[in-house]
Amino acid sequence: MSQAAATSAVSTDPSRRARLAEFWYYFAENRGAVIGLVFFLFLVLLAVFAPWIAPHDPVAQYRDAVLVPPVWQEAGRADYLLGTDAVGRDMLSRLIYGTRFSLFVGVIVTTLSLVGGIALGVIAGYFRGWVDTVIMRVMDIILAFPSLLLALVLVAVLGPGLVNAMIAIALVFQPHFVRLTRAAVMSEKTRDYVVAAKVAGAGHGRLMFKTILPNCMAPLIVQATLSFSSAILDAAALGFLGMGAQPPTPEWGTMLAEAREFISSHWWVVTLPGIAILVTVLAINLMGDGLRDALDPKLKRS
Amino acid sequence: MQWCQRWDTMPRQRGAGFNMFRFLMGRLAVLIPTFIGVSIIAFSFIRLLPGDPVALLSGERVMSPERHAEISHQLGFDRPIVVQYLDYLWGVLQGDFGTSIVTKKPVIDQFFELFPATVELSLCAILFAVILGIPAGVVAAIKRGSAIDQAMMGTALVGFSMPIFWWGLLLIMLVSGMLQWTPVSGRISLMYFFPPVTGFMLVDSLLSGQAGAFKSAVSHLVLPTIVLGTIPLAVIARQTRSAMLEVLSEDYVRTARAKGLSTFRVVGVHALRNAMIPVVTTIGLQVGVMLAGAILTETIFSWPGIGKWMVDSVSRRDYAVIQGGLLVIAAVIMLVNLIVDLLYGLINPRIRH
Repeated sequence: MSQAAATSAVSTDPSRRARLAEFWYYFAENRGAVIGLVFFLFLVLLAVFAPWIAPHDPVAQYRDAVLVPPVWQEAGRADYLLGTDAVGRDMLSRLIYGTRFSLFVGVIVTTLSLVGGIALGVIAGYFRGWVDTVIMRVMDIILAFPSLLLALVLVAVLGPGLVNAMIAIALVFQPHFVRLTRAAVMSEKTRDYVVAAKVAGAGHGRLMFKTILPNCMAPLIVQATLSFSSAILDAAALGFLGMGAQPPTPEWGTMLAEAREFISSHWWVVTLPGIAILVTVLAINLMGDGLRDALDPKLKRS
Repeated sequence: MQWCQRWDTMPRQRGAGFNMFRFLMGRLAVLIPTFIGVSIIAFSFIRLLPGDPVALLSGERVMSPERHAEISHQLGFDRPIVVQYLDYLWGVLQGDFGTSIVTKKPVIDQFFELFPATVELSLCAILFAVILGIPAGVVAAIKRGSAIDQAMMGTALVGFSMPIFWWGLLLIMLVSGMLQWTPVSGRISLMYFFPPVTGFMLVDSLLSGQAGAFKSAVSHLVLPTIVLGTIPLAVIARQTRSAMLEVLSEDYVRTARAKGLSTFRVVGVHALRNAMIPVVTTIGLQVGVMLAGAILTETIFSWPGIGKWMVDSVSRRDYAVIQGGLLVIAAVIMLVNLIVDLLYGLINPRIRH
């Protein structure tokens, strides 16, 4: 079947559309989730259009404007709405460009750990036996370490940098997806529709990924939003410890690390990147709560 | 009534005891291979690093070939890799986790020197989280949908989303900087000096009998406790609320209400006890979270615990400490998780392992 035919089949399928409507109904019931979604879309726009929105180059150093306070404070300048940092870089532009890094980290880490986790989890839950044992023991080993410590050490091995930080975080997040997928696959595997597909002659691959997997997605999507926000937090933490994105990258955690010494004298260099991290993570977590309510009726709407 | 209760609980306890043994055996069957896996990771770590492991472990950058061969032999690098691993594992089982390149002290000694500081901080943080989190969750559940509930759960979500390294900086800026209420770093003021007895500054400062020492220790502890306890606090409050909501809708709570018991009694005696079961699990799960959080919290507050030790070792490239520390920390977490699981089995009579 061609891609176009598949898409039109999806959009005309009434049950799917009804499910989407039902999903939106429950999602929209949670006001926080909608606010989170709107803010998240705003961040996506900021990230995509950063070069056009940002008033300055994020790494350009204006030597005549070092540590200028935000515009509403005395000595603030209209060119630099949120002030400048210790080497005269525009805070607002750096924060806008920072959304790119944070969303990028979230997308890549979640995709990597989701895809890897689903593959391993489906295989473990479907085949059981020694394959399952081996996979789950390896996941137990990863889970035995505090996640940030393992990520820190992995980055020490791979060398500091944003890409290596993302690989390390994805690896550390993986076991959660494996466990969730495996549990869901195991509970679906013995259902009638799976047995029916098997009797009809479906092979292992088809059974695993086409028959069973789509019915296991709800908890995985909820976990994916959670890991999206955790990935942003952990990448910022690694940046803060000097092991993530390296200066002069306008990554929020790295910006905080550079700003530490100005903590008592110039509040804006310390406060603003943290607020950016907090509201981004908060928006995604709000969305995650709404998704949980809408996708998983088994979890209480509380 | 007294007799009745005892008659009811005795066989249950015996059953639980028997199952507890099987449960423990089952857990050990999982834990031992996990520990071996963890030791393999710690063992391979030093060999995966770019560069010569002999140079990395000895800390000597420029070496003559003879010196290199000598150290290589000393560290056992000239033997087959399997022998090297078994040798390493044998050493670990005897408590030999390697020697720091920088301080030349055994890793395990350094660990036990610093571990009490992390335990003290973590205990205070979890206490902070439990003392505030459980009542907050209970109140939110009772007043479900009210402004109080929404405010509390909103705050909990903010706490859960908090980048704690920034939260620490912010608190230092406000409380230590502007208000000058607490010191910025360390465990106690340099004015006080006494030999460590328990390793816990709160206890040691009291034992020392020096006036003001305890107060100084407390004031150093306040901010790190808040920072490290914030995420557990948010998680516990949310978990308590949802567990409480579930229990409050159950039949026995309705019965207790119908009997005419006061809300306080229904909530405090009947509901809370059962709602605590998932909450205890949550608290147990926070141990790993705590240690990950300790890495950031201790770095910000220059708290001399194992989190800061690991970060410092990474930046000093003290690979022997990273290798040993990884393994000790993983072992401690595995042990704590095992204890939490056992406690969970004791608290929850519904579980028959």
